[in-house]
Amino acid sequence: MAAITMRGVTKRYPDGTEAVKAVDLDIADGEFVILVGPSGCGKSTLLRMIVGLEDISDGEMRIGDELVNDRAPKDRDLAMVFQNYALYPHLSVRENIAFPLRIAKVPDAEITKRVEEAAKVLELTENLDRKPANLSGGQRQRVAMGRAIVRDPKAFLFDEPLSNLDAKLRVQMRTEIARIQRKYGTTTVYVTHDQTEAMTLGDRVAVLRKGVVQQVDSPRNLYNDPANLFVAGFIGSPSMNLLPGVLRGSTLELPFGSVELPAARVPQGGGAERQVIAGIRPEHFEDASIVGDDDRGHGSTFRSRVEVIEWMGSELYAYLPYSVGGGSVGAKLDELAADLDLEQTSGDDSQIVARFDAASRVSEGGDAEVWVDVRRVHLFDPDTGETLTPRETAGSRDHAPGAVQD
Amino acid sequence: MTTTAIGGEQVGADAQAAHSTWAPTRRRHREAGRGPAWTIGALAIMAYALFPVAWIASLSLKGEGDIADGKLIPTKPTLDNYRTLFDSGEFVRPLINSIGISLITTVLAVVIASFAAYAIARLDFPGKSLLLTGALAIAMFPPVSIIGPLFNIWRSTGLYDTWPGLILPFLTFALPLAIWTLAAFFREIPFDLEQAAQVDGATPFQAFRKVILPLALPGVFTSAIIVFIFCWNDFLFSISLTSTDEARTVPAATAFFTASSNFINPTGQIAAAAIIVTVPIIIMVLVFQRRIVAGLTAGAVKG
Ligand SMILES: Nc1ncnc2c1ncn2[C@@H]1O[C@H](COP(=O)(O)OP(=O)(O)O)[C@@H](O)[C@H]1O
Ligand SMILES: [Mg+2]
Repeated sequence: MAAITMRGVTKRYPDGTEAVKAVDLDIADGEFVILVGPSGCGKSTLLRMIVGLEDISDGEMRIGDELVNDRAPKDRDLAMVFQNYALYPHLSVRENIAFPLRIAKVPDAEITKRVEEAAKVLELTENLDRKPANLSGGQRQRVAMGRAIVRDPKAFLFDEPLSNLDAKLRVQMRTEIARIQRKYGTTTVYVTHDQTEAMTLGDRVAVLRKGVVQQVDSPRNLYNDPANLFVAGFIGSPSMNLLPGVLRGSTLELPFGSVELPAARVPQGGGAERQVIAGIRPEHFEDASIVGDDDRGHGSTFRSRVEVIEWMGSELYAYLPYSVGGGSVGAKLDELAADLDLEQTSGDDSQIVARFDAASRVSEGGDAEVWVDVRRVHLFDPDTGETLTPRETAGSRDHAPGAVQD
Repeated sequence: MTTTAIGGEQVGADAQAAHSTWAPTRRRHREAGRGPAWTIGALAIMAYALFPVAWIASLSLKGEGDIADGKLIPTKPTLDNYRTLFDSGEFVRPLINSIGISLITTVLAVVIASFAAYAIARLDFPGKSLLLTGALAIAMFPPVSIIGPLFNIWRSTGLYDTWPGLILPFLTFALPLAIWTLAAFFREIPFDLEQAAQVDGATPFQAFRKVILPLALPGVFTSAIIVFIFCWNDFLFSISLTSTDEARTVPAATAFFTASSNFINPTGQIAAAAIIVTVPIIIMVLVFQRRIVAGLTAGAVKG
């Protein structure tokens, strides 16, 4: 086990693509860190630089106290689970798991013992003598993990390990991975493009965009205090509604009306009138008719037509149309939507996704009184995309290593 | 020829999923859809191809008296020709030469070609396509056009009438064949497997030996058999670059058979020798039929 430290780590492919740009990241010993971001943002490249399958163009990569920039993968003592598992098709499950030990010339008796232990942890005992081709997707995934845990490496590295599984198995294996990581307490770096996976698994999550780390924080802090528009839009499902707005003092003018922000939400040095992008998560809207009197006080209400309702049983999603001129803010939002692979169209006609309690009686095509929680409104600079909202959680927003949980 | 050494990441998730159960290509043979026309056609082709073989076999079983009787079924079948063949001393040594030279060439060609093909499949080095085109050009080169110069060079370097004197030219023509076949196989093996092996602690050579090579085994078999048959069947080099039984192989040696009397052709012995050198090939092809088919089709798909 060891900490992993990156300083200015950069990857330039021979064709000139800068896949990873000056990444500073500290992963503490025993920590479970997630690298998350849309497809093509450089997550795999960064992971492969940690394990040594890609050269590091610039910067320093340390495992423990040792600089490993020029070390071959075999000398880094890390274990990796590949997206397609990369099981050896000609070897039985037993020999697949034993492979790293055989290479390390561990005595046979010890190999048998450790393989059987790993098989027990992963519930593979019955399948030890089968070939990978005869296993189900979940079992193959377990074999790949067996190959990783059997030799007690300095760290586990996962590259989208669940993306080839169906939805149900994915949830099951997610829990499994969390359980195994906790059991062994091994430093783990886990790559995924799925923000749900990132939020549920990690001690800390690093959000990447186009090779640049946007924010490294606990899942809770990422959700509560996104550092910029990108993180705001990427974390959370359904994603945060981003609306063009104008801020005057503590009054925020939104397409559906003005709201009065509480002091804690007003940007420092506010005052002058300025263009902003306001971010409000679907769960911070509510059907005004079922909001208690306590909550009414720190919210605003407005009337809106309800275009579509998606009833989920425990909750429902209402789509509220709004209209606004495009302009420069609209262009910014369009660019962001493209980055996030969202279908969100800003421009002239757009819609807010609002989550209401299942008790709500709003009807499709009708009008509704909608309440918005002003304490949870985020403001972003439309030019830089950086947040303007003072941080809610105590502590700094930089890349300091987080405390190890458990 | 544009396979480059990049990670599996460029491949879409679906393609990767398809790779996850990767196993050497095996093609199913359909029995359905074969009508009587097909059967008649197949029989006709078989008769055309096998009649000369049957005739040779028949000749090899005839005695000196009825060798020219023109009958397909020998009236008095005898093994005399085979006995004479092994007793005369004209055949045993060439047979040993044939087996030895072909085996050595096969082993050398497959080992060298494995390394070369692996590099070609995995690495992007300058001059790669030149190398491949060059290899192909050599394989296509008419051997007869280099026989004259070779004869002279071999005479002055002492390679004439030696085993290495035949192994060398055989290798020249066998290597391109083996490299092309093997490269097609290596290309089908996901790069991830090798990287996984390296992460698991293997040196590049260990990864090659323990993961890539076993997976490429059908390809290794296919190229070994192709090379072996190429050497075994050679007549041109053997007849031109040897002068005694030191290195002369069976196909050339049969041309020098002498009969018991000057006025009789050693037809029976020649037929027997032809049968003896054909049998190992037939057995080999039958035994490895599956692998050869798998090998040839895999190569064909990728080629
Ligand atoms: N071998 C390579 N040569 C050139 N560009 C590459 C190579 N591998 C990846 N890239 C590019 O680098 C970027 C990051 O890739 P990757 O790390 O695989 O993304 P992710 O895993 O986040 O989807 C992509 O734009 C990709 O096209
Ligand atoms: Mg990736």
